[in-house]
Amino acid sequence: MPAASTAANTVADRPRLERWIRFGVKPLVFGAALLPAAWLVAGVFEWQGFALGANPIAAILHTCGRWTLNFILLTLTVTPIVQLTGRSEWLRLRRMLGLFAFTYALLHFLTYLVLDQSLDVRAVMQDIVKRPYITIGFTALLLLVPLAATSTRRMMRRLGRRWQQLHRLVYVIAVLGVWHFYWEVKADVRQPLLYAGAVAVLLGIRWWKRRGSRSATFRAGVGRYARAFCSARAASQIAASTSGPPTQVASGIASPK
Amino acid sequence: MYRRKLSFERAAGIVPSEITPRDVYFNRRELLRAVGFGAALTALGSAIPALATDGLSYRKNLRYSTTETPNTYQDIATYNNFYEFGTGKGDPAANAGTLRPRPWSLTISGEAEVKGRYDLEDILKPHALEERIYRLRCVEAWSMVIPWVGIPLGDLLKRFQPTSRAKYVAFKTLLDHKQMPGERSTVLDWPYVEGLRIDEAMHPLSLLVVGLYGQVLPNQNGAPLRLVVPWKYGFKGIKSIVEIHFTERQPRTSWNTAYPEAYGFYSNVNPAVDHPNWSQARERRIGAGLFNARIPTQLFNGYASEVADLYRGMDLRRYY
Repeated sequence: MPAASTAANTVADRPRLERWIRFGVKPLVFGAALLPAAWLVAGVFEWQGFALGANPIAAILHTCGRWTLNFILLTLTVTPIVQLTGRSEWLRLRRMLGLFAFTYALLHFLTYLVLDQSLDVRAVMQDIVKRPYITIGFTALLLLVPLAATSTRRMMRRLGRRWQQLHRLVYVIAVLGVWHFYWEVKADVRQPLLYAGAVAVLLGIRWWKRRGSRSATFRAGVGRYARAFCSARAASQIAASTSGPPTQVASGIASPK
Repeated sequence: MYRRKLSFERAAGIVPSEITPRDVYFNRRELLRAVGFGAALTALGSAIPALATDGLSYRKNLRYSTTETPNTYQDIATYNNFYEFGTGKGDPAANAGTLRPRPWSLTISGEAEVKGRYDLEDILKPHALEERIYRLRCVEAWSMVIPWVGIPLGDLLKRFQPTSRAKYVAFKTLLDHKQMPGERSTVLDWPYVEGLRIDEAMHPLSLLVVGLYGQVLPNQNGAPLRLVVPWKYGFKGIKSIVEIHFTERQPRTSWNTAYPEAYGFYSNVNPAVDHPNWSQARERRIGAGLFNARIPTQLFNGYASEVADLYRGMDLRRYY
């Protein structure tokens, strides 16, 4: 990791919050994010009384789908937390959360393809074309692919400003994902509406922020933090000045482009 | 007041002495325990209703039973659609404890000579229970094989002498959000209502069910009385029935009201007519394991040779 090679950024003087997130929160979240999958595996093998019930395929399908949405929501929560606390260190969690969303989405689709439809590709294609809720869900999965593929530090650097534009696709994905859920349920739309509400709040915060202070806060805010994190130099600078207010930090960093 | 001679008893020629006194029936376990099982049986003789113990006495009807392996009791009693107790498949098993299936009264109304409100035990008494192993095809494209215990619906309906204006039979579930907490939600328009054309209702395959696997029906499966129409999607099998109404006009049905494009009045199992959200061509047999492929769905759920005549000349795509 480039940041670690900089002399000014040794473990010893890395600020406390960043260290806490990196070595405490992040591994903990990583472990917790694996729990739904572990629960499913335990259920499939009926280990220690774990069970998936009469319809295990539906249980796997719905668990993976639900956690895809959960991780998309968590990913969207990171930026507001950064804005609220003024601590950009929380951004360290975002890529991992996003990649878990992608992983569970992929498992969700593979469960449908392999277990539910027994690899009947023709039936799956027909479903994708004919059933609007599957069309929407599949579109959301396809849109997640480029985001996962460009999640590396190298791709962030290479794409520069366009990286952020590309990754705004997650807003579209969140809407499509909840819509997919809403159309899937037979009658009880309470849960999908709850998710829709959460997405509305998370996107609303962004819209409100953007409208509220178009020039200073927004431009110097999250967007720049995201880009700042691509660059090794920026990372060390943020590390060195975490006590300052966010605008100060941002102003100290040269834009990568 | 309770032992007032009921109108259907006159019609069916039932003498009041044939009917178990209410206190004897409801204290039957204590009675059995006190006297000793065998002695109690002798003492009460034929007065013990069919539900005298949790184990029912019934004969097996092989003519109307499939030879396919039934699902386990566990699967049948824990994977349910019974929105009156919640919309999750496990909710009914978890929440149906609040239902009090006994005592239970059933109202017969509408276009019939004999009408009124009756105690369920009294109504069932003249009928011999039989076990039938039926396929159950849920509209959600899964299926089970279930050993029901019940009586032919037609046999019961005939006792109330439906008039010539009785073209349809409507059914209604209990409306009581204390017993059925799911009815507090607005997921469906409560109470749950269903209906059949009179010839469908009189068809020998239509069954009024009181038991499962030789036992009294568990609450989550629709205790104490539910309908099973094996050639139709499972949701036609209305649960915890409190009223049967004979009518001249096609009755309203709950799922048809909620989403008419997806759920028709007839709702006969038909692999050629898809649900808007999924294909009905294949179904997942519950209990078949993780890697078993779906099996093809049969027209009228495999009961076409018995019921296809009911729909001769009808466009099943239009009347889905």
